[in-house]
Amino acid sequence: MFTGSTLAVSAVLFAIGTMGVLLRRNAIVIFMCVELMLNAVNLAFVAFAQRLGVAGQIFVFFVMAVAAAEAAVGLAIILAVYRHKETVDLQHINLLKG
Amino acid sequence: MPPILAVVYWAFAALAVIAAAMCITRRNPLASALWLVQTLFCIAILFTILDAPFIGVLQVLVYAGAIMVLFLFVIMLLNLGRSSGDLKGLVAAAVAAVLGTGLLLDLRPIAHAAPPDAIVLPPGMLDSTLAHQGVVGAVAGPLFDTYLVPFEITSLLLTAAIVGAVVLAKRKL
Repeated sequence: MFTGSTLAVSAVLFAIGTMGVLLRRNAIVIFMCVELMLNAVNLAFVAFAQRLGVAGQIFVFFVMAVAAAEAAVGLAIILAVYRHKETVDLQHINLLKG
Repeated sequence: MPPILAVVYWAFAALAVIAAAMCITRRNPLASALWLVQTLFCIAILFTILDAPFIGVLQVLVYAGAIMVLFLFVIMLLNLGRSSGDLKGLVAAAVAAVLGTGLLLDLRPIAHAAPPDAIVLPPGMLDSTLAHQGVVGAVAGPLFDTYLVPFEITSLLLTAAIVGAVVLAKRKL
């Protein structure tokens, strides 16, 4: 039940997350938008798990573990950049531009 | 399926979408983070309705509990709570709206996705598995059996992430 509607909600949340990444300049907020996109995908996994078996729920578990690792390392990188540049605004973090 | 379930489902689905929209439009990063927590809670409730109560609990504990606290901690540590003007200008907003709508149109077929009949379980199969093995057992069984190697690799990943975070965040090694 709700499989089609859940997939639609998941697509909407994913699109909102993408718009957030395009709309914001704060590195931490962009990071949160990426987390939102991961959650949208998790929702799709759970929706399919209803019809295709419990393996989808196990994949959500793995996605959560990867998201936790990513958040820890990503926020450490943002802290290191802030210490160096005194800002988390991505317009001022352009060292790789050359 | 009791009709009240559909009401609850759509209420929390709508709330999740509204909270996500608030999350990307609030100027204050702290408000953004709290709206994201709201979205995560709504998604946890959707998980529970979709026969995944254990994943719903994990969502609250790990995502809304641990990961978002880490985000809030960093936002407060860097004192970003009062910063404003983090949103890009009107041009960027228009580009984001166009690309987001395009992505949504691209993703539209997923709502009608029909997996091949050969791999679809008979209706009620997941319900009976959950009733038979319990909500934790149904996930834990395959996790420590079929997916044991990926599970162990996850522990390696988390160890590497801990070491990496400490090395990156340390002022002097």
